[in-house]
Amino acid sequence: MTDTPFSITAAGAPPKGGRASLARRVLPYAMLSPAVLVTLAIVFLPMAQAAWMSLHDYLLWKPSGFAFVGLKNFATALSDEVFWISLKNTAIWIGLTVPAQMLLGLVTALLLNQKFPWRPVARALIIIPWALPSVVIALMWVWIYDANYGVLNEFLLRMDILKTSIPWLADPDTALYAIILTLTWQGFPFFAVMILAGLQSIPRSYYEAASIDGASAWRQFWHITLPGISGVLVTAVLLRTIWVANSIDVIFVMTGGGPGYATYTLPLYAFIKSRTNLDFGYGSALAVMFTIMLLGFVILYLKRAGKAVN
Amino acid sequence: MVGRKSKLRRILTVDLPMLAILAFTLGPYLWMLITSLTQESRLFTDGPSLVGATLENYVRLFRTVGFLENLMHSFIIAGGTVVVGLTLSVTAAYSFSRFSFRGKRVLLLQFLVINMFPIVLLILPLFVLMRKVGILDTHFGLIIANSTIAIPFSVWMMTSYINGIPKSIDEAAMTDGCSRLGALWRVILPLCTPGIVATGIYIFITAWNEYLYALTLGGRNVRPITVAIQTLIGEYQVEWGLLTAGGIVGALPATILFLIVQRRLISGLTQGAVKG
Repeated sequence: MTDTPFSITAAGAPPKGGRASLARRVLPYAMLSPAVLVTLAIVFLPMAQAAWMSLHDYLLWKPSGFAFVGLKNFATALSDEVFWISLKNTAIWIGLTVPAQMLLGLVTALLLNQKFPWRPVARALIIIPWALPSVVIALMWVWIYDANYGVLNEFLLRMDILKTSIPWLADPDTALYAIILTLTWQGFPFFAVMILAGLQSIPRSYYEAASIDGASAWRQFWHITLPGISGVLVTAVLLRTIWVANSIDVIFVMTGGGPGYATYTLPLYAFIKSRTNLDFGYGSALAVMFTIMLLGFVILYLKRAGKAVN
Repeated sequence: MVGRKSKLRRILTVDLPMLAILAFTLGPYLWMLITSLTQESRLFTDGPSLVGATLENYVRLFRTVGFLENLMHSFIIAGGTVVVGLTLSVTAAYSFSRFSFRGKRVLLLQFLVINMFPIVLLILPLFVLMRKVGILDTHFGLIIANSTIAIPFSVWMMTSYINGIPKSIDEAAMTDGCSRLGALWRVILPLCTPGIVATGIYIFITAWNEYLYALTLGGRNVRPITVAIQTLIGEYQVEWGLLTAGGIVGALPATILFLIVQRRLISGLTQGAVKG
């Protein structure tokens, strides 16, 4: 019924209908244009600028210097010792933080999926680390790790696990791992929440059927739970990998990359290089290289997200 | 008999592990809170404790360090980002949700990919560009910088909220004589107010918590709370009472807002999974 009047006008007055359909074709783009144009101007234009800067000698304090040098900055990076140290740290950083976050998140999600009286409270409180400013997170963990008065040292000394207190963040052997623990703390609630959503989408009847067949809890977990959440798990791991790789604010506040280069990751190196040396050419080159390395994960994620969009 | 036994089992396998995880989650935060309530002079002799709790550190924070001004800066920037993010994304989200057109998928994914780029890649050119235009160290500059995160996020969230409203409602409004934009403005927007509020609050929290942009593109005249806290760490290295009080004040607005909207936010986030 509602369709008929439209088709009559379209057939009866072709020129007017043509304009209307043009308007209808343009409308979606017109409504998109503010957001698209602004992101073009404030995101994609600057990114192109970064790629362009990476091909130049560009020291910010030299007003005239912007000489085209081709791939020189990239070649410099490959023979730069700090670049390789940072790359190694980045690998450790991602390789330990993401699995730790995932395991802790999985355990938390499995617990939150059980029935117990204070479940809503637990679910609300567990996400708090996620909402805190990274500067505050860094601040409170620096206090916990404090060599003289930190609660971690005091606790371990009282438990007789340590003989003398350890300057966690000042010791090159422990600094990176101390920050990894902090980031695990910050990020595991995200996994817990995502996995919990996945768990709740598994039909109860699967478990009922399995326990009638006499499957043990472990076999149920292995054959029903894990396959049921595998999709969510892969998506969450990809997202978190990208996120953890990119996050430099906690490290920057906690150690500033030190002691020495012990907690440099690649994006942090790019940031510090530009910030303290004002070497924007080299800094941009490092940022571009890091982005290219990350691109594999981004593409994998986009493929999954693209499917979800359809 | 059986009931009591299974209850004991539940406590051992569920309640206690959950308590342990919660202690790990909240412990550092509570420790910071207790430290901030302890008198500075007693901190190094007796350690943090709630016995003889005092607000002395907070008073000092606002009297001598001038935290109030930093709070204002953060508030202006976060509020401005919410306005920019929401206004630019509403029509875009409607378009994504209601029309099918060429290039839709690419455009939609384009918004998703923005938040995956390392922030360094954006900070460096933004610094150079803003210096040229002369908006370094202004509220406007920082609002623009935060919008690079807020716009894509908001487009995705709003799209998923509008998807949840049946198309038949727009059609009904249009047969009643509304134009497309009229239907969006008069019918759809009021219906997704809860979604708009949740998205706005999330943008506010993110902009409030943001640190690297604030440090690089602001920092002298415009000093948001995050930068102020970081400076405190440098200046008052051993005065942990004052530092932790700063941390609590800085974290408070975001924590409260988050607890208010967490339910709605989480369902939106897990559907879109736009941000970590």
